[in-house]
Amino acid sequence: MSNTTDRSDADLHDTAVDTGLQHGKGRGSTRAGFAVLWVAIKREPGVFAVSTAGSVLFGALTVADAWVLGWSTDNVVLPAFRDGEVGGGLLWAILGLFLGVAILRAVGIVARRVGAGIMQYRLQASTRRAVTRRYLALPMEWHQKHPTGELLSNANSDVEAAWGPIAPLPMAVGTVAMMVIAIGQMLVADLVLAIVGLLIFPAIIATNVIYQHLAQGWATRAQELRAEVSEIAHESFDGAMVVKTLGREPQETERFAAKARELRDVNIRVGRIRAAFDPILAALPNLGVLVVLAVGVSRVTSGAAAAGDVVTVAYLLTIVSFPIRSIGWLLGEFPRSVVGYRRVDAVLRTTGEMPYGDRPAPVGTGGAELRVEDLGYGYEPDQPLLDGLSFVAEPGRTVALVGATASGKSTITTLLTRLVDPHTGVITIDGADLRDLERGALAEQVAIVPQSAFLFDDTIRGNVTLGADVSDDDVWAALRVAQADGFVEALADGLSTRLGERGTSLSGGQRQRISLARALVRRPRLLILDDATSAVDPEVEQRILAGLRPDGGTGEGGGTTLVVVAYRKATIGLADEVLHLEGGRIADRGTHADLLRRSPSYARLVNAYEHSSEQVT
Amino acid sequence: MSTVERPSEPGAQAPEPPATSGPGARNRTNDTSLATGEDLGAMATIRRGLHYSPELKDGILGTLLLAVLASVGQVIVPIAVQQTLDRGLNGDGGPDTSFTVLMGLVAAGAIAVTTWASYAMTSRLFTTSERGLATLRIKAFRHVHDLPLLTQNTERRGALVSRVTSDVDQVSQFLVFGGLLFIVSVGQILIATVVMLVYSWQLTLVVWVCFAPLFGSLRFFQRKLSEAYGIVRHQVGLMLSAISEPVVGAAVVRSYAVEARTQARIDEAVARHQRASVRAQGYTAFSFSLGGVSAGLANAGVLIVGIWLGFAGDLTSGTVLAFAFLVTLFVGPVQMGTQIVTEAQNAIAGWRRVLGILDTRADLVDPGAEGHVLPRGPIDVRFDDVGFAYPSGPPVLRAVDLSIGAGRRIAIVGETGSGKSTFAKLLTRLMDPTTGAVLLDGIDVRDISETSLRSSVVLVPQEGFLFDDTITANVRYGRLGATEAAIRASAAELGLDDWLAGLPRGLETRVGQRGESLSAGERQLVALLRAHLADPDLLVLDEATSAVDPQLEMRIGRALERLMSGRTSVTIAHRMSTAESADEVVVVDRGRIVQRGPHQVLVAEQGSVYAGLHRSWAAQAASS
Repeated sequence: MSNTTDRSDADLHDTAVDTGLQHGKGRGSTRAGFAVLWVAIKREPGVFAVSTAGSVLFGALTVADAWVLGWSTDNVVLPAFRDGEVGGGLLWAILGLFLGVAILRAVGIVARRVGAGIMQYRLQASTRRAVTRRYLALPMEWHQKHPTGELLSNANSDVEAAWGPIAPLPMAVGTVAMMVIAIGQMLVADLVLAIVGLLIFPAIIATNVIYQHLAQGWATRAQELRAEVSEIAHESFDGAMVVKTLGREPQETERFAAKARELRDVNIRVGRIRAAFDPILAALPNLGVLVVLAVGVSRVTSGAAAAGDVVTVAYLLTIVSFPIRSIGWLLGEFPRSVVGYRRVDAVLRTTGEMPYGDRPAPVGTGGAELRVEDLGYGYEPDQPLLDGLSFVAEPGRTVALVGATASGKSTITTLLTRLVDPHTGVITIDGADLRDLERGALAEQVAIVPQSAFLFDDTIRGNVTLGADVSDDDVWAALRVAQADGFVEALADGLSTRLGERGTSLSGGQRQRISLARALVRRPRLLILDDATSAVDPEVEQRILAGLRPDGGTGEGGGTTLVVVAYRKATIGLADEVLHLEGGRIADRGTHADLLRRSPSYARLVNAYEHSSEQVT
Repeated sequence: MSTVERPSEPGAQAPEPPATSGPGARNRTNDTSLATGEDLGAMATIRRGLHYSPELKDGILGTLLLAVLASVGQVIVPIAVQQTLDRGLNGDGGPDTSFTVLMGLVAAGAIAVTTWASYAMTSRLFTTSERGLATLRIKAFRHVHDLPLLTQNTERRGALVSRVTSDVDQVSQFLVFGGLLFIVSVGQILIATVVMLVYSWQLTLVVWVCFAPLFGSLRFFQRKLSEAYGIVRHQVGLMLSAISEPVVGAAVVRSYAVEARTQARIDEAVARHQRASVRAQGYTAFSFSLGGVSAGLANAGVLIVGIWLGFAGDLTSGTVLAFAFLVTLFVGPVQMGTQIVTEAQNAIAGWRRVLGILDTRADLVDPGAEGHVLPRGPIDVRFDDVGFAYPSGPPVLRAVDLSIGAGRRIAIVGETGSGKSTFAKLLTRLMDPTTGAVLLDGIDVRDISETSLRSSVVLVPQEGFLFDDTITANVRYGRLGATEAAIRASAAELGLDDWLAGLPRGLETRVGQRGESLSAGERQLVALLRAHLADPDLLVLDEATSAVDPQLEMRIGRALERLMSGRTSVTIAHRMSTAESADEVVVVDRGRIVQRGPHQVLVAEQGSVYAGLHRSWAAQAASS
């Protein structure tokens, strides 16, 4: 199965189909719907064949059932009543025939339904894999523009909607075969009557066109609203604590309710259109039969046709009415399917992932050399967040970034870890431009501990190693430096304790320390701490910092180049060089002592605590 | 996730034995997990569902009538066609045009009525079920907010969201296509049985005996399917949670280059969901196919037993053959009903999960209108022998007795994990104590009306959550309808006007998801502004300015001091300066209060916890 799906992931774009889907907006939703089906069939031809065969088998045996009844009547029941005796073999034959047909038909049903199920769920799974691969490949900037709820919706309900018509597909295809046979027989029976009868087809197509036209817009809106409802729920549950502390439950509920009601109204509209479509489609063949009868009577009267032919055409037309219904169910799913497919496809088509070079990770043991030249970055061209920034962190040295809130410190850390690329200037590590490094090479050298820790729904061990091949001893060593060994030891399952989504079972300080251990365990050659100990008590922080000092802790910290964003003077004091940032530029640089001496604004910033309480120090 | 080829998804189902543990068994008080409603039987689920969504019953009689009309109509049309063929066309005297036209008109009329009835019925069903489900969705959403903080935190976000989104969508399919059809099917089965009895009671017995194994196995399949779809719904939640990791943790995944691992985890969750779904589909298909086998058995049985009865002289060949046709009248609705019953399990599983939320007790019960209303003005706080422990965890706070006079400024200090934050959460009633009581102005917080409590007491947590909107909109969470002028005045009072002026769009700056377009420090500023605007009588700050630069923090600190005069404030402090400027310092160590008093007194107590903390603060503040 994995072979198929891997190939399918790669094949997800079929040019011919895609162009149809892309340009098929508006009236082309039927065509686009078939295009989606075609994609599905091409990706799962085997399962599709099996389930369709099951459907054909089912159809054939439905006919066979009538034949068995006829055969039994003529050969067993009537002779038995006439002769007053019956051979035991014949009774067994009845039992065998009926049961045989029934069992084969059951096989057909199982093949059709299980096949359709396998096909549908495989398609869902492979699309989900493809979509999440895009999520992982696309850059941070793209993620910042797309709400969580929307992305979750793309990977969930849009995928379901896209492959919704797969369930009724085999049934519909199987019955098309029946229809073709029935139409052939009609044409043989009486050409004129057949043509009259077949007039229902243009009517069916017209009904479908009207339906698709009416439903498409609302179905699109419903799918958008589903995403919006999910977005609000996601955000609101994320902010549950704020909502609770401020007592804003009624307002939040109203915000959600407004969208939920809008979704309800749109769903009702879609439902009403659907409610009209199904019975009209069912009624058309019946009306066709009536017309055939009316025309038939006059043709029989005028001697142009035999009564038997009229009966045959009328009968065949009623036979056709059932398949048409099952095709109706298929077409009924189209509007939602096309909308879902397009929404998913938009993600799959998004390009602009970060390009990687082919340079392997620089080889080296001690700390890395970090060089930043003329760095510039900003969301809007006229409002640069960073401008003309240059500095060097020599191997094993510590550089501190100090500046007021919103002076651009965190932005620098996102550039250093290449979450975004600079608009101007160059960042090199051991002489290699970050943009020239191959995928994954930078992470081997550089680790960042962000301001707010993100933990995975995994064990403590998993959160520290992130799948890297690291011994438990090393994990404990890293936890020790991060001052996290104490509370982890106290947990019932130790390293194997599961943290739950985003580690919400831990306190803020505990999360930061796990996140710190995660960085330390990789023994990075460049470690970036973005105010990473802000949620930790001073005393604990002191111990952590001692562990990071070249001479302290495990000694692992020795040689690592360190870039720290900090306010606390004990942290800044560690630095060989301090960069004082103001408004995205380096206002001054030097050692902490130098800056304190010559820069009043720097002194005001870092000495703020002492100024307020003279009695200390 | 429509798993059937018919749009007619699932319907109601045969009654189950009474659920052993009663509908919606309540969670035990110390259990933080959400009820899944798994102990709820199918009928009980539907009953409770109707209870929460009374709209579902609106006009149900009319809809039922239309359903009968539509299905009766479906029989009339073929009969009319049959009559036209037999008597109009193939009549003894040749084609009878007038009869054909007459029957044609009657049939056309019947088709029109049937089509209309079918449209009206489905349309009404869509309307009532969407209305009922919107109500359910909104109630469940509200209830999630009423759940204990602990439950909210331990539940997977994606799983909570799926309960108010895809689980509800699942039910909608079932209600529109299943429920009524099931009732109609049961009616048709009964009518077919009566007609068969008129022809021959013996053969009727044969038919029922042949179907007995099917009916018997129904309960088995129902249980299996219920279990299988329960797993599917569970896997959907896990899958959503896995999918949310590369979205919410985008930065970490990239900076640690763990894309492959993250993808592997998603692939695993997707594969599990796929396997669970296919398994459920297999059960559905298998149980549905059994109906056909029973029908074959019944057909053979009728003919064989019919012949045998014919020999005994009880039946004619005509009756036997007529009966063979009657069997098909019986088989159709049985198959339909079976299909609905089995496929309904998916919808029922979804419905149960939504109802499970509503059945999880909101442990902080709002006394509502009977609750006390706090008088405005500084609040007097008392902790009376308060203890707290997380479910099946060790005590976090033990026997805490503390009183804080109205208008006092208190700093709480202690090491990480000493119980400081728990203290703040109990004080603001985010949690209720396990033992003892928290009293505000002498009233147990559990007896204060939620509205009064939330407008008088405000907590600013360390990580202030922001909504994806403008700063103005976020700040208005503190005071609904606050004017821009009021917001600007508040900002000026806190000394934040310079910062606001420096933002590209000032107050209209959008903060991004969870406020992530702002730095952590800026998020704290917005949260603080929001709290200030709320104008509380008791303000609780839990390291609310830890990520703000020192200069700004001190400025805010001084501003807060000014603003807090005439109110009570409790600050979880991480800076010595905060402790020093407080009227009184309370030192928490390992869940107990070990020291309290003014800074100067405490710091002088040799070898005390506070003296130790003070030393490390001092060392840190000293420039090296």
